Amino acid sequence: MANHNISRRTLLKGTAAAGALSLTGLPARAEVNWKKYAGTKLEVILAKGPRGDNLQKNIKEFTELTGIQVESEQIPEQQQRQKVVIELTSGRPSFDVVHLSYHVQKRQFEKAGWLADMTPFMKDPTLTAPDLVESDFSAAGLQYAKNDKGQMLSLPWSVDYFILYYNKELFQKKGVAVPKTFDEMIAAAEKLTDPKEGTFGFVGRGLRNANMTLWTNFFLNCGGEFLDAKGNILTDGPEAIEATKIYQTLLTKVAPPGVVGFNWMESMASFTQGRSAMWIDGVGWAPPLEDPAASRVVGKVGYTVVPAGPKGQYSATYGDGIGIAAASKNKEAAYLLCQWVVSKKQGARLLQAGGGVPFRNSILNDPEVQSGVKMPKEWLQSVIDSAKISKLGLPVIIPVAEFRDLVGAAITSTITGTDPATELKKAHEQFRPILERSEKA
Amino acid sequence: MSALTQSTPAAARSDAAPEKELRPPSYWPFVVPALVVVLAIIIFPWVFTIWMSLNEWKVGSPTTFVGFSNYLRLTSDPRFLEAVGHTLVYTVLSVVLPLILGTLSAVVFHQNFAGRGFLRGVFIMPMMATPVAIALVWTMMFHPQLGVLNYLLSLVGIPAQLWVFHPATVIPSLVLVETWQWTPLVMLIVLGGLAAIPTEPYESAQIDGASFWQVFRFITLPLIMPFLFIAGMIRMIDAVKSFDIIFAITQGGPGSASETINIYLYSVAFTYYDLGYGSAIAVVFFLLIVLLAAVMLYARQRMLWTEIASGA
Repeated sequence: MANHNISRRTLLKGTAAAGALSLTGLPARAEVNWKKYAGTKLEVILAKGPRGDNLQKNIKEFTELTGIQVESEQIPEQQQRQKVVIELTSGRPSFDVVHLSYHVQKRQFEKAGWLADMTPFMKDPTLTAPDLVESDFSAAGLQYAKNDKGQMLSLPWSVDYFILYYNKELFQKKGVAVPKTFDEMIAAAEKLTDPKEGTFGFVGRGLRNANMTLWTNFFLNCGGEFLDAKGNILTDGPEAIEATKIYQTLLTKVAPPGVVGFNWMESMASFTQGRSAMWIDGVGWAPPLEDPAASRVVGKVGYTVVPAGPKGQYSATYGDGIGIAAASKNKEAAYLLCQWVVSKKQGARLLQAGGGVPFRNSILNDPEVQSGVKMPKEWLQSVIDSAKISKLGLPVIIPVAEFRDLVGAAITSTITGTDPATELKKAHEQFRPILERSEKA
Repeated sequence: MSALTQSTPAAARSDAAPEKELRPPSYWPFVVPALVVVLAIIIFPWVFTIWMSLNEWKVGSPTTFVGFSNYLRLTSDPRFLEAVGHTLVYTVLSVVLPLILGTLSAVVFHQNFAGRGFLRGVFIMPMMATPVAIALVWTMMFHPQLGVLNYLLSLVGIPAQLWVFHPATVIPSLVLVETWQWTPLVMLIVLGGLAAIPTEPYESAQIDGASFWQVFRFITLPLIMPFLFIAGMIRMIDAVKSFDIIFAITQGGPGSASETINIYLYSVAFTYYDLGYGSAIAVVFFLLIVLLAAVMLYARQRMLWTEIASGA
């Protein structure tokens, strides 16, 4: 991955601005000294996926720009999260730069003090390009990246909005309009369900833990809030019960059999096979849906925002960021890399390939970037519209995994016919002491 | 698991005890390396696990000594208690079924027929495959809409099943995979036993006019009992600590319907990073395995070893 060969052209490109200023002798304001840490070696640990691919594919450009060598590895998400935590706990992580999932790890990382504070770097004009400013990141991104004291502990990299995918062909065949509300969605799904043909109205995550990202979108649209002012969990209140009933209806009456064990992969399989007419999930699945080698619904997919619930319309939002291990000895060099990772060029590539959505508004709203997007226009529109109704999709607490497992199991069991209120109550009786223990520890 | 490997040499050593006194004390230098290894890789981790189980030990937070509170927490943790139940059901089914089917297939493969060697080879193939690879293939076969199992059922007019996608059928479905993979092992062990049975009892039974079933029940079965016992023990130890197949197919789901102690332990320690509580589960799990192994060892000693000794 590392590359020492710096061609004349890229060298010129990389230092063009600084070079021009120094040649003309202008009393320039400080410029980013990209080459200051040349020769440094950085280790990066990435979660497997389009973000990691996008970094590894173009990392040569970063090495050419800065002279910093980068070794990186991609590990499947679940394993990566474990490895990262274990290494950070040891106090001597093998990496300088870490790719983290905000919706799972934010509180845990903050509380343990594993990430270096980037705030001073961001204020240093010799380290930070002028276009990288806090205000460019979306509200959700800043909410994720900053701790209680307002320090930036990471740079928001890619955001994941939940959207509604629908099969235009099936909709047309049954004469169904695109639903704007949950009620309409349920009615539409009922019309679209035809077990004899093997087609179903709706598909989505039923699997314990994974299902919590979908369920929370229902919860938010029913007017739910995760925590009260004192940090007590509220996901067994009336909003939660209402949300669970909607979820239960959809996943029992109009979803394919076995949905109880479906994660995004199985849901996507059902959708790409044309067997399910609607699917709510993260915005990043457009590329496989539009890939003729993997999908039977190429060109027939509609993209729109998640329908409104009885008390609001939100897009459950998740995201990942890139941060520097507090134990790293090369923090400045690592910061340059983080900055490059969320740079306009890299962000544009990510968006254009449909592999993720940058948190930076200047990238998302740039017409030139938008025109290069290879996904359908509707997809981009759903992204832009979702950004306006974005709301964090999971409570920002330490025991996110326990929350997802316990409450997720309760939600899953409602698909097999149990009562939402009872199940939620039971799960929260188990979860509350866990939450208390970890937040107070 | 280590219960077995540890207890067998221990038993052997105590048998050899009288000899020990005759030896000069200079053997110590030879013992020390093994002792160091045992201390470092068996004793130390265990003592440390027990120590962790007495602490509130969460990754990213300071640890505090809490005595037995992790163990007390276990008694009121419904997920743990359910996991114990799942483990027992899973273990019993995946010991009994391979034992029955393995014995039957051993009896079949003990007969002389054309292509026996080849078919035996085919039959033991599942045993050679990687559990995770097997799990992925079975997951696809279990798929309620696209899987081949429901297609096969539909050919004989049985309605589609949900297999691992329903709490009521998930454990039997997982046991099906486990049985499919490990019946050949039982078959091999029993086949070895059958080969060792002398032919005389069969000849006299034939003269006395015994039926096939009587021959099996009163001659074959008692004579292969010691082998079945060994097979049962190996299966039990494997089944109780089974992880890969369950994790790869259901991860303990749907909900927590197939969550065994092992799967729960993994979640607590490596997903929730609650090392103290996880260690407490590990200790209890270990005791449970020791208990099961002890019961089986006792039964073997009591009922069978004398028989096989006199029989041989």
